[in-house]
Amino acid sequence: MTKIKLIILLGVVVGFLTSCEWDNYDAPGSMLQGNIVYNGEAINVSYNDVIFELWEPGWQLDIPIDVTVDQDGSYSALLFNGTYKLIIPSAQGPWRNNVNSTTGSDTVLVNLNGDMNLDIEVEPYYMIRNAQFSASGRDVTATFQAEKIITDAGARDIERVNLYIGKTQFVDFRGPVASAEIGGGDIANPSAISMTATVPSLTPTQNYVYARVGLKIAGIEDMVFSSVQKIDL
Amino acid sequence: MKKFSYILIFLLAFSWSCNDDDFLDREPTNILLDHQVWNDESLILSVISDLYFRIPEYQTVDNWASYADFDEAFASNFGDYWRHKNNEWGYGDWSLWNYDYIRELNLYIQKASSELTDELDPAVKARFVAEGRFLRAVNYFELVKRMGGVPLILEPLSYDFSGDASYLEYPRAKESEVYDFILSELDEIKNDLPNDTEVKSRATQGVVLAMKSRVALYAASIAKYGVNTPSVSLPGGEVGIPASMADGYYTIALDAAEELINNGPYSLYEKKEDLSENFSSLFIDKANNPEVIFVRDFVQSERWDGRANLWTLWNQPWSGAEDLEGGRTNPSLNLVQSFEMLDNTFQTFETMSGGDYVYFDSPIDMFAGRDARLAGTVMLPGSKFKGKDLDIWAGYILADGTIVTGDEFGQRKELPGTDTPRQVVGFDGPIDGREFSAQSGFYVRKFMDTATGSGQRGLKSDRWWVRYRLGEVYLNAAEAAFELGDEDAAAEYLNVLRRRAGFTIDLTAADLSFDRIAHERKVELAFEGHQLWDMKRWRLAHVVWNGEQEPLTDQPWKADEVSTRVFGLWPYKYYEPGSPNNEKYVFKQVVPGQVTGADRFRLGNYYSFINDDIRNNNPQIVKNPNQ
Repeated sequence: MTKIKLIILLGVVVGFLTSCEWDNYDAPGSMLQGNIVYNGEAINVSYNDVIFELWEPGWQLDIPIDVTVDQDGSYSALLFNGTYKLIIPSAQGPWRNNVNSTTGSDTVLVNLNGDMNLDIEVEPYYMIRNAQFSASGRDVTATFQAEKIITDAGARDIERVNLYIGKTQFVDFRGPVASAEIGGGDIANPSAISMTATVPSLTPTQNYVYARVGLKIAGIEDMVFSSVQKIDL
Repeated sequence: MKKFSYILIFLLAFSWSCNDDDFLDREPTNILLDHQVWNDESLILSVISDLYFRIPEYQTVDNWASYADFDEAFASNFGDYWRHKNNEWGYGDWSLWNYDYIRELNLYIQKASSELTDELDPAVKARFVAEGRFLRAVNYFELVKRMGGVPLILEPLSYDFSGDASYLEYPRAKESEVYDFILSELDEIKNDLPNDTEVKSRATQGVVLAMKSRVALYAASIAKYGVNTPSVSLPGGEVGIPASMADGYYTIALDAAEELINNGPYSLYEKKEDLSENFSSLFIDKANNPEVIFVRDFVQSERWDGRANLWTLWNQPWSGAEDLEGGRTNPSLNLVQSFEMLDNTFQTFETMSGGDYVYFDSPIDMFAGRDARLAGTVMLPGSKFKGKDLDIWAGYILADGTIVTGDEFGQRKELPGTDTPRQVVGFDGPIDGREFSAQSGFYVRKFMDTATGSGQRGLKSDRWWVRYRLGEVYLNAAEAAFELGDEDAAAEYLNVLRRRAGFTIDLTAADLSFDRIAHERKVELAFEGHQLWDMKRWRLAHVVWNGEQEPLTDQPWKADEVSTRVFGLWPYKYYEPGSPNNEKYVFKQVVPGQVTGADRFRLGNYYSFINDDIRNNNPQIVKNPNQ
């Protein structure tokens, strides 16, 4: 009798330990990652602002998976294997979408089967080139070039350029400790822009800041940025 | 034999019971049937009352914390500090898709206009039908403000269980079509409604005209200012109104407002000598109020079923609170400094003069010589509420600049060089991070009930929530006239309101600008739920709330100045025994410690997100732009 009890108990324990594995679906395991690029160079944007959508056709309801693009233009998403349609909504990002040769539209087909690296090529209105940052005392100076990429009928003007300095590596118009701005009309030479901002005393004290420059395109909500640079004061 | 008689009785019983059809056909005892409801005026009234109660709204006295979503007020309540820590609003905020309510309104209209109500007096019947159509227009206005063009469903739809529901899918109407529909409905129902200033919680000719001026003004400004945000539009016109339609809508707005101002039975509320008291009484005086047009009224008996007006309970000054509640809505310095000086100039609050503080005998002196509406909208330090003095001061400032303060209401401490404890902070605060204290330095005055007991949980207030009043109609007229180029008329409409606020120098046509109009709306209509819609229709929301942590503007007259954070102005007592300034008041401008985020209105916020579920169910619904 005790033997049967023991066997039953053992069965219950084994059941407990294994049933979770049995019941549950597998977690998504395929990593889709890459950058939003122009000619292979990643386009930097503000954090938590630019998204694109992944749609998986064939389901009863259509609800997109939103993928947020990081500050440095990279993205990553953990997904199930399958065929996805990748769409960058028209209002997202400081760029124009390229026409994909396979689909004949700006939709990109993604056949995901295991981990995958995918760089999404787009055409930005402007790129920030050769951004150099230097510090003297508490003044941070940035020099850079604004290269106009789109010059056809869809070309857009520069609304303004900004230098943002932040305490953390998340640097943009949200809460910089110091910033400088030049209006689009006041830029004499777009291939030699120089801006200076003075860093106030920081609490708690830190002897470094992060800086980057951003460019606002007229009529486009998202700005294009240089990469973030750490500067020792 | 016995068997036979049993069978006979059984058969007899069977046939009798079947003869008696009425025996089975019983009137239900728990619901009322159509022919019972629609023959009885008082029952129809209760049907329409329920529909009146369900008008969707955003910022109201029922929803105090929503005033802290922007820059009008600070939310002094632990559960609401996130409103000042967040950086942006979700695309789904302010979203509304209440077609269940529209279906009920359509059913109501269908039944009220059917032969069911033929036994009623034709005028009574027409009024009931008109009220249903009024509420439907109100709801479509609420929808179009938030979502842009929506499907116009004008009769109750039913599913036929055929397995194919696609015939119930309606596409979104153009934004302008929804506005046109509302305007034409208002025109058609107007003459079926009473023209009586005593009717305030049901539809009247007055509210139809007031609403018409507001609706047309919204449509007009979207048409005019939409050019500033070209990407906020959809190719099918579901969002965005062509600029060519602006003048037409402005004319409708002006005509409706002028008809109400010149020929209507309403007049501005001018009952009290004291102009500030007059302005605050306008919102709580329920006896023969000539200005108020349409309200959500709260009555005495509602106090007991949970629907009472809690605004006074939530916002009463802590020092004189009648219960352990109060102090939640703290008007911002951003708003307070917008009130002009009585000589028509603007002044920010100067706290320093040549390296030294500016000293005041009483904190109220800081606010002297301003627009009377300031003290009617905001409880200022040094003023009274319900006959009790407010006690708003943040601590002692010593001669060397150190601050002695407490973290409890009215805390007592010893000042340096003394050994008797004394009060070092007001019983209303401000104490940073302490809920219910005046963390911006101010409490709200507008809509506050002065009746004894209105601040008790067990009693609450029976004052009403004002949805439409004549003051706004004057502002609508002024804006429409200004946009149509008639600056003299616009100035006069503004002057009517400004004279009531104590201004003696009239504005002239040369003084007028868009900024003036926008500013007058800001100060006259603060805490009346207009701010978001005004900023949206002027396409200024993404300019004013741009997400940057800018200091407080020193140009409060400009409509497009950045204002992403709530600022405060704290009075302190100065302590330097022997000095003539000892115990005088000085001020400091502060950013309350809970204010860490900066509001950012993205272009995708102009029209709220339409749920994926809604678009899955009806693929004809197009998405709003920039999301």
